[in-house]
Amino acid sequence: MSRFILRRLLGMVPFMALVSITCFGLIKLPPGDFATNYAASLAAGGETVSQATLLSMREQYGLDRPFLVQYWRWIDGVAHGNFGYSFQWQQPVSTLIWGRMGLTLLLSLAALLFTWAIAFPIGVYSAVHKYSVFDYVFTFLGMLGLAVPGFLLGLVLMYIGIAYFGEDLGGLFSHHYLNAPWSLGRVADLLRHIWVPMVILGTSGAASLIRVMRANLLDQLHQPYVETARAKGLSEFTLLLRYPIRIALNPFVSTLGWVLPNLVSGSVIISIVLNLQTAGPLLLQALLSQDQYLAGAFLLLLCLLTVIGTLVSDILLALLDPRIRMQ
Amino acid sequence: MPDAAANPAADGEIVLDVADLSTQFRAGSATLRAVERVSFQLRRGRTLCIVGESGSGKSMTARSILRIVPHPGRITSGAIRFTPQGGGGPCVDLATLPAKGRQIRAIRGRDIAMVFQEPMTSLSPIHRIGWQIGEALLAHGLATRREAMARAVALLRQVEIPDPESAVARYPFEFSGGMRQRAMIAMALACNPKVLIADEPTTALDVTTQAEILRLIARLQQAHGLAVLFITHDMGVVAQIADDVLVMYQGEVVERADVQTLFAAPQHPYTRKLLDSARRLGMAAPSARVPRPPAAPVLQVRGLSVTYPGERRFLRPSRPGVAAVRNLDLDLFEGENLGIVGESGSGKTTLGSALIRVLRPSAGRIDYTPREGGQLELAGADRAGLRRAHRQIRMVFQDPFASLNPRMTVGQCIGEPLLVNGLMHGAVLAARVGALLELVGLPAAAQTRYPHAFSGGQRQRIVIARALALDPRLIIADEPTSALDVTLRSQILDLLLALQPKLGLSFILISHDLGVIRYFCDRIAVMYRGEIVETGPAEALCGAPSHAYTRALLAAVPEADPARRNLIGVAG
Repeated sequence: MSRFILRRLLGMVPFMALVSITCFGLIKLPPGDFATNYAASLAAGGETVSQATLLSMREQYGLDRPFLVQYWRWIDGVAHGNFGYSFQWQQPVSTLIWGRMGLTLLLSLAALLFTWAIAFPIGVYSAVHKYSVFDYVFTFLGMLGLAVPGFLLGLVLMYIGIAYFGEDLGGLFSHHYLNAPWSLGRVADLLRHIWVPMVILGTSGAASLIRVMRANLLDQLHQPYVETARAKGLSEFTLLLRYPIRIALNPFVSTLGWVLPNLVSGSVIISIVLNLQTAGPLLLQALLSQDQYLAGAFLLLLCLLTVIGTLVSDILLALLDPRIRMQ
Repeated sequence: MPDAAANPAADGEIVLDVADLSTQFRAGSATLRAVERVSFQLRRGRTLCIVGESGSGKSMTARSILRIVPHPGRITSGAIRFTPQGGGGPCVDLATLPAKGRQIRAIRGRDIAMVFQEPMTSLSPIHRIGWQIGEALLAHGLATRREAMARAVALLRQVEIPDPESAVARYPFEFSGGMRQRAMIAMALACNPKVLIADEPTTALDVTTQAEILRLIARLQQAHGLAVLFITHDMGVVAQIADDVLVMYQGEVVERADVQTLFAAPQHPYTRKLLDSARRLGMAAPSARVPRPPAAPVLQVRGLSVTYPGERRFLRPSRPGVAAVRNLDLDLFEGENLGIVGESGSGKTTLGSALIRVLRPSAGRIDYTPREGGQLELAGADRAGLRRAHRQIRMVFQDPFASLNPRMTVGQCIGEPLLVNGLMHGAVLAARVGALLELVGLPAAAQTRYPHAFSGGQRQRIVIARALALDPRLIIADEPTSALDVTLRSQILDLLLALQPKLGLSFILISHDLGVIRYFCDRIAVMYRGEIVETGPAEALCGAPSHAYTRALLAAVPEADPARRNLIGVAG
């Protein structure tokens, strides 16, 4: 097992090197660079900027160097923990990212827990009581949750909040606490706000997870080993928990790897609609303005999280299922 | 554990008395009567066999006793009186207990245990063997974890699993089919039950393994004084182990008798049919395949090897391949039926796939003599050569349910080889398909229907009609009767034998069932671990086998005669 993990970790090094080149190439792929974008955005505001300014800007940021040189300067910095400087925000990239990541992590974990708390019991109930009244009710609600886009649900909830409760549900903090230092009051304020995005982000996930859980469990419920266990005299509940549910979990674990990258890139639209200070909107903005070091750092983080997530789910799967462990 | 003391009832005492049991499945307005007024008694130390074909209700009878009938089935009438101590002891009617209640759960696994058919899937794939065996003890509060593990080791030793101390920590997928079934039996015996229900426990196993498992059950029954309910479709097995027999047909008991009487004087026509089928497969076909003058060879196989490629591994030497067929020689002469017999893993199916060149052999030659003369080497043949060969060599597969496309009509299935070879279409094709269907004993009008409208036996006839469509010279049949009930097996084989002289066919029949091979074939080749260990004329080989493996194989076939218990070694 430890050899397996070590081998996978070693394998990540060349893989991440390839990924970083690809990321950087992708960012540089659209025509123009940050300077042209900058000029364009100024021109849109009616201002002009001289060619000389742009040239000096390019020189200052190194945008006039060849691709490989730029890449090397960037990746060399990354290797030493320096992710570069955001042109747009005039701040170090690492400050920007870590500032956002904490809240993103919190929100995503909350949404994930919400998803699981809803989806597991309902999925199991629906499978065990297949075609019962409640199965149909949950199926209907699940389909509804899948079909309604998250941002629409967000808008509706915000409208209800304003119209009926007179409260702005957008954002993660109220105005008073937005830029305040952490305090008990700020935490309470966060808790008051976080449930809205949590529910919205969790709903579609829960809806699909209910379907997956139901289908997985239905496959297992009538397997001969369940009958064997029943013939042993186990109670239905113990039996269910110990055998079919345990085996139906495998597909879950193998998709766990996708949860981590979702922390960063998922729910961009919802975050914009709800005005959340999470990583998604920042990434989108960086890509749009060709803020190359910020965008590059995000993409690199995404890939790293994907690789780590896959590794974690592989390890979990091996722990759960001896058939995989023994291979 | 002192097993005798745990079962104070004397041998022959009634432990379980089933009276007028009916189990029905209701779906909407339709009612399926799975079990219809069935009565029988299980006695301590005796074995009752329920015999019948698929759908006869024998498995549902067993499940009704344990109250594990799947939804929406339920017991509609009757009583299941269970008297664990025998004689005057306390008695409980299992039919009246709630199916999910505490009372019936306390009996399941502790007093009445069950062994299921599929050793591959009846054990949880992700729990250790020892845990699965000990679980029943824990569930009934009969042991602590430590005691349960110790008992699991002892049980595995009882069922003759080598090195039980390390076997308890293994997973089912590390066990062979026979070992898994032993583990299943160990699991059933964990709580020292009074009644053991075995639902086709040997059907999925090779004959030699089946013989070992039957011996094991007989030995354990004697040691523990178990009342055994043994469900099977195989009259040979019945003859070997039964004390009493119940014949079921479409949910009802059509005949009951002790085993000697049943085999000596069967009363019901269905029983006679079952016995007749079983006995017919014990000898050569009555058409008495006369020895023919030496004919020209159709197929000459020399030095054939098939190797499954090994696994290529990153930064390590790749895993070596597996040689499924090794340096094999084989001849088939015109008009001959050659049987290839072997157990699972012997490479017989691989050989069949290589002969028809679905698989590419890794070495050797396959020389085929086409009907029009000349020679065609198949092992290295190109696409055009194979196309030519595939018009004359056809294949029949094991599972008639899986080998017909459910979205095509029977006519499309049968006509497809003619159509893709551009031989005929339209009305001519329909007429030809109709003629083929009549040839295999089905009405020509059947071609417009879909496969699901036909039973297993009829489907296999359709598959045969499809194989005959191109007017082949050689048919390779891989277990063509294994998925069928016994009474259908000889019918299908008789059909093939009747077609043979009409169509000038040669057959290669691949099977694990020596009975089927002996019935059908002129010559038999015995395969063992990828090699042919013995070849010879059918009767000579079965009468005087020279290779040890052939002898073992023959000795393991249960004889359909209770007076000659070749497997158990005790006269009935």
